[in-house]
Amino acid sequence: MSFPWAKEYKPQNPVMQWLDSRLPLPRFVFNAVGAGYPVPRNLNYFWNFGVLSGAALGIQIITGIILAMHFAANGAIAFDSVEHIMRDVNSGWLLRYAHANGASMFFIVVYLHIFRGLFYGSYKAPREMVWLLGLVIFLLMMATAFMGYVLPWGQMSFWGAKVITGLFGAIPLVGEPIQTWLLGGFAPDNAALNRFFSLHYLLPFVIAGVIILHIWALHIPGSSNPTGVEVKSEQDTVPFHPYYTAKDGFGLGVFLIVFAILLFFAPNYLGHPDNYIPANPMSTPAHIVPEWYFWPFYAILRAFTVDFLFIPAKLLGVIAMFASILLLFFLPWLDNSPVRSGHYRPLFRQFFWVLCVDVLILGYCGGAPAAEPFVMISQVAAAYYFAHFLIILPIISKIEKPAPLPASITEAVLAKQA
Amino acid sequence: MVRLIAAIVGLFFSGWLLVSAVLGGTAYISEPPAATAESLFHKHPKEVEFSFEGPLGKYDRAQLQRGFQVYKEVCSACHGLAQVAFRDLQQIGYSEGAVKKIAADWPNQIASIDPATGEAATRKALPTDKIAGPYPNDVAARAANNNALPPDLSLIAKARHEGPAYLYSLLSGYEAQPAELLKQFPEAKTPNGLHYNPYFATLNLAMPQPLTSDGQVTYADGNPKPTVDQMSKDVAAFLTWAAEPKLENRHRTGLGVLIFLLMATGLAFMSYKSIWADKKH
Repeated sequence: MSFPWAKEYKPQNPVMQWLDSRLPLPRFVFNAVGAGYPVPRNLNYFWNFGVLSGAALGIQIITGIILAMHFAANGAIAFDSVEHIMRDVNSGWLLRYAHANGASMFFIVVYLHIFRGLFYGSYKAPREMVWLLGLVIFLLMMATAFMGYVLPWGQMSFWGAKVITGLFGAIPLVGEPIQTWLLGGFAPDNAALNRFFSLHYLLPFVIAGVIILHIWALHIPGSSNPTGVEVKSEQDTVPFHPYYTAKDGFGLGVFLIVFAILLFFAPNYLGHPDNYIPANPMSTPAHIVPEWYFWPFYAILRAFTVDFLFIPAKLLGVIAMFASILLLFFLPWLDNSPVRSGHYRPLFRQFFWVLCVDVLILGYCGGAPAAEPFVMISQVAAAYYFAHFLIILPIISKIEKPAPLPASITEAVLAKQA
Repeated sequence: MVRLIAAIVGLFFSGWLLVSAVLGGTAYISEPPAATAESLFHKHPKEVEFSFEGPLGKYDRAQLQRGFQVYKEVCSACHGLAQVAFRDLQQIGYSEGAVKKIAADWPNQIASIDPATGEAATRKALPTDKIAGPYPNDVAARAANNNALPPDLSLIAKARHEGPAYLYSLLSGYEAQPAELLKQFPEAKTPNGLHYNPYFATLNLAMPQPLTSDGQVTYADGNPKPTVDQMSKDVAAFLTWAAEPKLENRHRTGLGVLIFLLMATGLAFMSYKSIWADKKH
């Protein structure tokens, strides 16, 4: 579906006409990200992050495929093969630093994309499916990133793999067999490294597939916008091309500048020094920490320190960590305020900013050693995280008195200009 | 129904977390964690400046060669440099001939096979060989070092927080165990076979002070005086190069990429503004 005023693809060139009547691929692109897709005219810069996430995935796939040509997924030589890439492969250092920092950039833009959705209520009807597919992409990204971090086979790779697969070991009765099955052994070794490499190569293409569904689902109702008011007429929209291709081009430039600064001038800033030590099953690092983008979840995992009746604290932590992401799947039904945008929801807006600070605190605690006072702080922060989504949002959507909405996007734009 | 279940789950998680926080918090306040020798006497790396720092930093070739000399005459007695080949030394200013000679004179020979008998043998190193340590395997290394394993130094500068400053501080930071420490923590006395160094995470490390006196290594004429401080700095710089040999290339490429991106982004911004000029938004 699209808006009735969407431009139609009319190829002039006979070759394109011939192609269009047999395989209308250019028409598909035209309608998806070309002039055939009408988009609200009032999108702000926060709407750049979807395209930037796609660009980040593209960078990861291209650098990753070339790295895979030089990497050896074997416990005995994986670490050395990464150093071979860094030292002997032409521009290998550039590829590897781009891939390692590209993962961080990917998560930065995806987190901003998610928080944009949270603030502007992009998860609400009729875009629930866009939100749900986005969460599927997020879960796949986390799995891909985790397995990718194991591949260099440094100390943090090895112990990270051990801790994360150990989470499954917390499941009662079947936990340990599951952990052994996942690893292909009792501890991370060649079998684990090989299957992680295989899946790390596969999952990005699964992500690309789910992205197509994500965009498909988006094109049914069309893009949301900062007012949260639906498109009513043609003057509320502009064609995606050239208006948003131009704006996204500028956004992509800014993204690449930040990426380049990180890659060329601080390539190891976000990494952990211990991963430059070869994996050693006999020596446990003082602090095992995942990459920064997992820190909030790692903090939730470690926040459970007290057994509840017969449920061990470790199992509670595992359940809570998975629950912290899974609850987002229910968000469209937990927050049933008819108003989408946080601009017109005074109460919601305040709690939204509390949530942002809360997640940053969780992230900080997740990267800190598992000792007081960080455990205590992460317990309070994790308590707020669950309360925010499961208790506070449903209550707000009942009691809040939203500000008056503009009659249309165009009216809001003109009011802002005046 | 969804909201009811959510509220119950939320109350459980949040409630139990708050209970845990109160329990942990009371324990923390009533019995604050005792100070340890490490928490009081461990020192952060010293402030030190290197030529390769900053976005446009470059290695100082003369310093790297001095550092290599320290590595060769002191460190290599125990530590290998297994990711670095002799030929890589050409990057720090040695000629091809000099590299051949360094490899041939290297005391740690390379394991090989006797072509006549097929028996295990050793041969002189070639420029294409990696810089081997003195021990054939980890067991031999531990046996010779009181059960401590001297780590390979190829990546040591990137495998420690603030690597270059840390290496410099560690090498120049050996001292007698402070009397104050022994007074407060008599049980933390440095055990036999270990050596006190406040820059080491656990304060005591197996490596005895390697750079013990000024002039231990003789630098060629015109070079700075080989004090312990100078030698530590030079070898820290050399090991940083060993860990990150492409640093200069990276800085140079980064500068070009940034200039290009700034211009391209400027153009993209102008085209964005001109395309939107007639649209209020």
